[in-house]
Amino acid sequence: LILIRRIAPSPVPMDVEGDDSALPEDSGRRRKVHGMLKLYYGLNEEGKSNEQPQALDPCDINGPHFDPEIYMNKLRRECTLAELMDQETCMVKQIRSLDSDMQTLVYENYNKFISATDTIRKMKNDFKKMEDEMDCLSANMEAITDFSARISGTLQDQHTQITKLSGVHTLLRKLQFLFELPARLNKCLELQAYSQAVSSHRRARCVLQQYSHLPSFRGIQDDCHAIMDKLAQELRQKFRDGGTSAKDLSECVELLLQLDEPAEELCDKFLSHARSRLESDLQGLEAEIRPHSSSSRRESSFHRSSLTAAAASDELLHAFVDDLAACYFSLVERRIQEEKSVGDNSLLVRALDRFHRRLQAVAKLLPGSSVPHHGTEIVIRAATERVKQYLSALQSFYMDSLTDVRQALATPRLSVAGGASHLGGAELLSSLSASILNQIKSVLASVHLFTAKDITFSNKPYFKGEFCSQGVRESLVVSFIKFICQSSRQFCESAGDKGGSTPPILLLLLSRLCLDYETSTISYILTLTDEQFLVQHHTPVTPVTALCAEAREAAQKLLNHYVKVQGLIISQMLRKSVETRDWVNTIEPRNVRAVMKRVVEDATSIDVQVGLLYEEGVRKAHSSDSSKRTFSVYSSSRQQAARYAASYTPSAPLDTNLLSNIHKLFSERIDIFSSVEFNKVSVMTGIIKISLKTFLECVRLRTFGRYGLQQIQVDCHYLQMYLWRFVSDENLVHFLLDEIVGSSAHRCLDPAPMEQSVIEVICERG
Amino acid sequence: MEDDAPVIYGLEFQARALTAQTAETDAIRFLVGTQSLKFENQIHVIEFDDENNIINKNVLLHQAGEIWHIGASPADKAVLTTCYNKSESHCLYLFFFFLILLSRASFPTASDSRVVSCAAVWRMPCDLETESHESPDDSAHNPQALELLCHLDDSTYGNAACVLWEPMGDGKRVISLADNHALLWDLQESFTQAKVSSTATLEGKGQLKFTSGKWSPHHNSSQFATANETAIRAWDLRTMSQIYCIENAHGQLVRDLDFNPNRQYYLASCGDDCKVKFWDVRNVQEPVKTLEDHSHWVWSVRYNHSHDQLVLTASSDSRLILSNMVSISSEPFGHLVDDDELSEGEDNHQEEKNKEPLKDSVVSTYEEHEDSVYAAEWSSADPWLFASLSYDGRLVINRVPRALKYRILL
Repeated sequence: LILIRRIAPSPVPMDVEGDDSALPEDSGRRRKVHGMLKLYYGLNEEGKSNEQPQALDPCDINGPHFDPEIYMNKLRRECTLAELMDQETCMVKQIRSLDSDMQTLVYENYNKFISATDTIRKMKNDFKKMEDEMDCLSANMEAITDFSARISGTLQDQHTQITKLSGVHTLLRKLQFLFELPARLNKCLELQAYSQAVSSHRRARCVLQQYSHLPSFRGIQDDCHAIMDKLAQELRQKFRDGGTSAKDLSECVELLLQLDEPAEELCDKFLSHARSRLESDLQGLEAEIRPHSSSSRRESSFHRSSLTAAAASDELLHAFVDDLAACYFSLVERRIQEEKSVGDNSLLVRALDRFHRRLQAVAKLLPGSSVPHHGTEIVIRAATERVKQYLSALQSFYMDSLTDVRQALATPRLSVAGGASHLGGAELLSSLSASILNQIKSVLASVHLFTAKDITFSNKPYFKGEFCSQGVRESLVVSFIKFICQSSRQFCESAGDKGGSTPPILLLLLSRLCLDYETSTISYILTLTDEQFLVQHHTPVTPVTALCAEAREAAQKLLNHYVKVQGLIISQMLRKSVETRDWVNTIEPRNVRAVMKRVVEDATSIDVQVGLLYEEGVRKAHSSDSSKRTFSVYSSSRQQAARYAASYTPSAPLDTNLLSNIHKLFSERIDIFSSVEFNKVSVMTGIIKISLKTFLECVRLRTFGRYGLQQIQVDCHYLQMYLWRFVSDENLVHFLLDEIVGSSAHRCLDPAPMEQSVIEVICERG
Repeated sequence: MEDDAPVIYGLEFQARALTAQTAETDAIRFLVGTQSLKFENQIHVIEFDDENNIINKNVLLHQAGEIWHIGASPADKAVLTTCYNKSESHCLYLFFFFLILLSRASFPTASDSRVVSCAAVWRMPCDLETESHESPDDSAHNPQALELLCHLDDSTYGNAACVLWEPMGDGKRVISLADNHALLWDLQESFTQAKVSSTATLEGKGQLKFTSGKWSPHHNSSQFATANETAIRAWDLRTMSQIYCIENAHGQLVRDLDFNPNRQYYLASCGDDCKVKFWDVRNVQEPVKTLEDHSHWVWSVRYNHSHDQLVLTASSDSRLILSNMVSISSEPFGHLVDDDELSEGEDNHQEEKNKEPLKDSVVSTYEEHEDSVYAAEWSSADPWLFASLSYDGRLVINRVPRALKYRILL
């Protein structure tokens, strides 16, 4: 097979060559056909390049070095007769098929061959005509050249004369300038146009030098020297005075330098002048540190002037600049630190930008100086400082809005009575979270100014990378979210001991807020930040999931705390009601005790409160006859009471424990202060669990008379009637109430339970 | 070797009162007092045979009433105190019965019964026949009764909440807490006479009531601490005046407290806020440490007598938790022993120097109880053994896990 493949492509080059000669303009098509053929033989470009080393092999039927003789020899040597025969037939078959392919190709392209031949013929004719015209053109051109040569020959003489004349004229002009020079210099001196004088003198100087052997020129030169000396004197005087403006001063220096004064000395003098001047300016700046942007402008102009002497001595200048810059920077920093108000960031950014831009100019003049570096550092410090201020502003904003919420919670409670007072919970939550989000957005927008395109320092690597990721993302956004979680947690801890310093509804609200943060807000804020700041820095950043986990933990803690606080409020009522009553000597129950009604009322209002912020949650399927269930449970508890009563016969004291233990074996252990889920039913279950368990423990600490027990029965039945609807698993309420009635029966001196029907009547009556 | 399984003993009655027999240092013995309004109450003397893992019990009748608190004398094995509720209804019933008969009027019969709590000192009969827990003739056995030594007659002061024995002394002094009074009694003539030697009264608005207390073993036994509502107060016995007060020690009622037996300024408390707090009484603003492992009220907290890093807490979430509070114990870096001390012998108290210190942690949570656990006590004989009692009358004896024990010892 390999051999076949090797032999088979042999017609291909032939084919290509044929195409080439016949159809030069149809190369696109040719290549396509070629490609197709290659595809057919399983050869592609890569394959070819792979076979490159083999190309030298004379046995390679596709290679340029193919030698049929050697190939034949090789075949004859290596193959058996049968193989040779096979190969021959194969090859013949291939050749035949290729021939037919070639034929079809030729047929296909026949028309094009013909039209191409026609075109070529026509082109030949056209070219002949063009040749004739070209000949004519060249003859004409020759005639024109002749003419122009003759004209220039006649004009030659006049031209040389004119040139000579103009030369004389310029020379005369120069001479006049020289003769007039002393007068002009004098005049300049009078008018104090020093620079003009110096430049005039410079122009004339070398000429005068050259022709000084001529007496007339020498006179001029001497005059000039005298005048220039005077001028230099005057300049030096002016320079020494130092009272003139910086610009004048630098001009002076420049002129003096041109007058070949010693540079070193000048430099020293100049710097000392500049220093005294700048120092006085800095002092002024210090005195009125207010107008920040203008000060930076002024300062940078000094730098510019000082730099004119740069050529003279780099080292000296560096020291000088550094010195002054340090002084200046400390001032700028003080100024920036005073910029505390968070209000308008754009002003600060613009000022910083201007500052930075000026320093950039210094950097251009003084490439080696560390000044711009320090300047950038100051900008960076200012930026980080800003971010810190924003963080604290955000935090105080958050605390303020919490205070607002607190007030909003407190006020309607005074005006509106009952459960309706909490209707504002959901709106308060939404307005709170919206205002926080807005605040974050506006802060982000302000901070974003630091990285705006038109600000020079925004393309520094720091502002591109670290500022975005560490500064904004981590120490602003992430810190703020962490702060929210942390402050929420603090509510749980601080309020835990003092009991109810935080209104429970606020806990609920915050819990919901944290939960919302966990589900959406955090990722939204962080995405927003990442988008706005295109965080490219590769330092590790706090992942969204970690923040979410923290928020969720805070939400959970708050909700647990809410349950605890509400549970304790109800517990406290129940406990006081049990502890303060003399249960032995009580009258026959006629009513449900008021405290029980209060408990149910409270539970209802809590239910409303929580329902506004949290979803319903799943309950264990209610039996459709929940109202009836109360009867059956009641009857069971009655049975239990009866059982306790019965078991108090000396014969079987063990039964009591046995029965109650068996009962407990089949009911699950109840964790009272356990974590709740984020839904209403779970929260309510938690609160009711805590309350009823308290009731149970308190009952166990008391001793009851007959009517005491009956009162408990009535109370429990009443609770039974109303509480089951709040909890996820009504059996829980049943179980706890059973326990309460059971325990009070146990603790009863005269356990004679009340008739079920009577209890029902009492409870119905309310 | 595996940790031994807990040993469970069931009482027929509900029970809250548990104490170790403090004066007994050889046998592991606990006293449990029952609560029953109908039947004769009992004190179960429960002896645990460590070798055979068997419980031997002895039932003594406590005819006076249901027992709320029990305390064993640290000096005399046979002497104990109880606080009990006495209901006076029965006799009144008779009285009213006559009245009803006479007047033929329908008086509410129960309305005049009264329940008072009293405290008394008792002596156990000396020839306690030990009887195996598993013995079949359980009911056939006729229990002996306690011998009343004297009443701590404090009816003038109010209902007794608990009685505290002087921890170190000769067992002649007790403090009883009754409503808002603390009374120091001198027991004379071999416990048969009790005389109030001094009293302290907690003044304040409202009905103040001590819930529990503890006599400090430090400062020459001259201090004791009490708990009422959310506050813990310490008193000086010599002047009967308040030394310090931890206001709002717990968010809710303080249920119990205990002194660290080795660090004189350390004290543990527990309460209805489900927390256990450790205090340094020199700075009572903040607790040194807070544990929040329980999911309901914590009723009892006890330091191990010899290794105060081991703290036992009992809660009405039916759990008993053993915590290892190394960082605030008297041996925060393990037990430090000199070389010569080491050579003395292989007694429990001569240990090698410890490796790296252990961390504060919950050692284990015991869930053998089905009902609220109101009391837990360390054995006075074996420092690695403790008992806990739940309301349904189940007493569970557990050991400190061996791994931890060896960690502490070696």
